[in-house]
Amino acid sequence: MDLLRKAREEGGTVDLNALIEAIPYAKFLGITVDQKGTEITTVLNFEEKLIGNPVLPALHGGVIGALLEMTAIIQLAYDAKGDALPKPIDITVDYLRSGRPIDTYARARVTKHGRRVANVQVEAWQEDRMKPIAAAHGHFLLAPPPESTQDAAG
Amino acid sequence: MDEDKLTKMVEESGNALIQHVPHARAIGLKIVTAKKSHAWLEVPYAPHLVGNPDTGVIHGGVITTLLDNASGVAVQLALPERSAIATLDLRIDYMRPAEPGKTIKAHAHCYKVTQNVAFVRGTAYHDENEDEPIATSVGTFMLAANRATPVAMAAQMAKALEAKDNKKGDA
Repeated sequence: MDLLRKAREEGGTVDLNALIEAIPYAKFLGITVDQKGTEITTVLNFEEKLIGNPVLPALHGGVIGALLEMTAIIQLAYDAKGDALPKPIDITVDYLRSGRPIDTYARARVTKHGRRVANVQVEAWQEDRMKPIAAAHGHFLLAPPPESTQDAAG
Repeated sequence: MDEDKLTKMVEESGNALIQHVPHARAIGLKIVTAKKSHAWLEVPYAPHLVGNPDTGVIHGGVITTLLDNASGVAVQLALPERSAIATLDLRIDYMRPAEPGKTIKAHAHCYKVTQNVAFVRGTAYHDENEDEPIATSVGTFMLAANRATPVAMAAQMAKALEAKDNKKGDA
């Protein structure tokens, strides 16, 4: 992505709101980024179209999974030195509480940032950070930094 | 209900199951067909579902939603009667990127139901190529999720109490 390449070339950080703007599915879900220094919190702004269970009502489990995956991708895009977005290899989502029809927040922690693969843990919550509604862990394939060669040790 | 009747019912009116789900409508999710413990769903390609603007590939979250929903429907079709269910966990393995422009299909199979939990496997693929998956999933669902005491358990408790009362009567 141009904006990732630009950030790397200029040695600056990635403009995360511009990144979100460039990802159609993130815009569709209504995800925004709340950045305080290096701390990144994603916000899933509640809309009726995110409902999966109209009886309760509750957010669609897939939407919560999507938020967790997107949060991991944004965190890795911010940390990484590649030009392309990281690709998910696998993600496991534990659903802890039903997602109420209000805003949801998520934060990712990169457990291990390897050369090719990163292991990430993500947690989503609503009003109370101590009461997460879902947690996920997953592996992501990282785009190699452009100057690296295939057989470089590492 | 016999299996052919169930399949026919789902093909004719199965989308009634998900039509009232706002998010299913928002992404164009459809139930294609079904039989006992099995569900086939699909989501058509759409620009607003793209996760990587460089490649036009649909975001993994859409595949999570598709497999989660397909798994939930498969669980419903494995149960003797409609029950409130909740996803406990769902693991998705991404094997290859979905091809831009193509509908993504999913097949979920609920292969085991216990008193409280249902176990489901799923596959996402293009066309009829289920053996060349885009992604596979495995998930567990809690049954009778939104009640304080599941019905089956309540029945069991009533039975236990009854047995206890009878014993008292004998003494």
